[in-house]
Amino acid sequence: MNFDFSDDQKFLGNEARKFLDGECTTQQVREVLNDDDKSHHEGVWQKVKEMGWLGTAIPEEHGGLGLGALELCVLAEEMGRALAPVPFASTVYFFAEGMMIAGSDAQKGAVLPGVASGDVIGCYAASEGPGNPDPAKLSVSFDGSKVSGTKIPVTDGDIATHAIVLAKEGSGASLVLVDLNGDGVSRKPVKTLEPTRSHAEITFDGAAGERLGDAGSGAELHDAIMNRAAILLAFEQLGGATRCLEMATDYAKERYAFGRPIGGNQAIKHKLADMYVKNEVARSNCYYGAWALSTDATELPEAAAAARLASSEAYWYASKENIQTHGGMGFTWEVDCHLFYRRAKLLAVQAGAPKIWKEKLVRALELKNAA
Amino acid sequence: MDFNDTPEEAEFRAEARSFLEKHLEPKGAQPLRQRVSGEEFMKRAKQWQAEKAKAGYAKITWPKEMGGRGGTPMQQVIWGQEESKFDSPGGPFTIGLGMCIPTVIAFGSDEHKKRYVQKALMGEEIWCQLFSEPSAGSDVAGLKTRAVKDGDEWVINGQKVWTSGAHYSDYGILLVRTDPKAAKHKGLTMFIVNMKQQGVEARPIHQASGGREFNEVYFTDVRIPDSDRLGEVGQGWKVAIVTLMNERLAVGGSPGPDWAEIMNYAKDAGTISDAAFRDNLADWYVAAQGYKLTKLRTQTALSKGQTPGPENSIGKIITANQLQDICNSAIEMQDHYGLMTGDEMPADGLFQQSFMWAPGLRIAGGTDEILKNIIAERVLGLPQDVRVDKDVPFDEMKSG
Repeated sequence: MNFDFSDDQKFLGNEARKFLDGECTTQQVREVLNDDDKSHHEGVWQKVKEMGWLGTAIPEEHGGLGLGALELCVLAEEMGRALAPVPFASTVYFFAEGMMIAGSDAQKGAVLPGVASGDVIGCYAASEGPGNPDPAKLSVSFDGSKVSGTKIPVTDGDIATHAIVLAKEGSGASLVLVDLNGDGVSRKPVKTLEPTRSHAEITFDGAAGERLGDAGSGAELHDAIMNRAAILLAFEQLGGATRCLEMATDYAKERYAFGRPIGGNQAIKHKLADMYVKNEVARSNCYYGAWALSTDATELPEAAAAARLASSEAYWYASKENIQTHGGMGFTWEVDCHLFYRRAKLLAVQAGAPKIWKEKLVRALELKNAA
Repeated sequence: MDFNDTPEEAEFRAEARSFLEKHLEPKGAQPLRQRVSGEEFMKRAKQWQAEKAKAGYAKITWPKEMGGRGGTPMQQVIWGQEESKFDSPGGPFTIGLGMCIPTVIAFGSDEHKKRYVQKALMGEEIWCQLFSEPSAGSDVAGLKTRAVKDGDEWVINGQKVWTSGAHYSDYGILLVRTDPKAAKHKGLTMFIVNMKQQGVEARPIHQASGGREFNEVYFTDVRIPDSDRLGEVGQGWKVAIVTLMNERLAVGGSPGPDWAEIMNYAKDAGTISDAAFRDNLADWYVAAQGYKLTKLRTQTALSKGQTPGPENSIGKIITANQLQDICNSAIEMQDHYGLMTGDEMPADGLFQQSFMWAPGLRIAGGTDEILKNIIAERVLGLPQDVRVDKDVPFDEMKSG
């Protein structure tokens, strides 16, 4: 029984935390928040590139470090904890991981070295409007060489160099790789609840695209990419939720009302205990997801769903009750609570909202039950 | 990351399993407890305990000279996992060996250890724990049962409650008030009490669930020699803390129908496509899986020879509440019909049975509220609750 990260992996996590504690504080996060023209924090992004984190799970033959999914999970928790205002998740969890699942050797060779070096910023374009995108009812289409239609919103879509686009092809769906700096691509930033990660509307007007995988395999590949991304996002959520519990606990010990710390009242103590329980449930489900991801286990669908659901619930609860614990201060722009509340919502809907994952989970359990 | 035993762990697991296969039946539909009379069950339970002890499985982490195996905490976990797959009649010894005897070992004299440990290990004598009282549950230090010194003896008068197994126990550890002038935590003392002596009377409690698994125990002029005291006079609270720490290691296990059972039922009943049910099912799975996997994290720490963190404290808060929710949901799924009880109901009537048991589970061994206080205070380091009676002499305290 070894249901834990290795000492080397923990060391990587500790080093990442030390680095981010110094270089990526909420000061840096606010520089992006407070400036509408800033899509991300360039200084932090340069450092992330230099550390080689972008190539963590990319094989050495494609210019990466060739480490595994477990190392990536450890980093994801720290990036989430730090609210890193950089296109890391889009580029690594969605784009690079997506290319590794769906791309041919030539396609991987064309873009993955750029991801590892930091020259390629990736994004994943699936959403087209309200509701989870249904691969059977897409409006964006692919004719075998060109993409047309509008995706909205696309996280990091305004700064990405490349996109994986979920598009209709014939009667099915396909995944398409598009160079966003080519002809027939127009994009405009959109405003969201979470300005520290930029979002765009991307309109393709006969933009050149290359199919990833077979024609009509889009739905299946999309699912596989979401399963993997869900686990990595769950680690980011876990990192954020853990930090919210720390903030709320620290504040409850320091803030006096009626002559003693508010943390001495059961209404606060039990709230924070509930937060702790949800966070531990999330951590354990995340670890299981990490195991499933690193071994490509047959349990991956239910492990991904459980990790995503547990972490979405933990971060939602921790981020909203962290504000509540801080009282009026928690509702000010200057106190950091709202940064986590915003990020929690982005991460909860970015790869499909909890409702979608509950249904995926129950379907996976039914399949298992029938087998 | 992997879920495999180390070679040593695998070897121990195989040994344990072959021993269990030799002596016990695998878990079946109807456990031994329900198939035979109470008397016969106790006979078989004692036989099994003796076999276990002789083979060194009764207390795996205890040193060999104490009758243990000198094994590791991980081996204890593996044994527990394997034994739980069999219809083991181990119940009557859990409290004695899990809580009482460790307290005797920690605070008793050499004579006590010689007299009691081996017999408890062999299943020859059964122990119970006498702490809770009608007016002292969560606040157990507020107990009122009195002990008055009379020469070399103490005279006990009072009442204990919720005592598991009191009616078949031979001995108990008894927490009483020896100094009502001292503040509540400071006037307590712990004793070993012979449960078969004159003046000790165990009466079953008629529970809200209809069953009678617990007892109230009355003490009327019961005499205990001073030599059967555990720890110093007035130090009983310190002794009790050691007992209760052991309780947290001893309590656990699956309490009743889980997500898989209600899912199977919903499939049979044709209600599995109900959207609200599917949402609930996902939530139950995630929380149950979260607790199950948290135990694996604890085991990993044990396997590496480390001390586990506090994460296991989430256990009963999750399991007890989930049991109540699942049973409630299953009954409502059955609509008016779900009101009926008995073996012929779906899932052998377990949903209805556990529906009435669940409220007790949320209280026993620490209420939800006390467990949350423990997480808040001991894990998160938040301030203790206000204790207005902390330094007040016990006999001047308000009570009601």
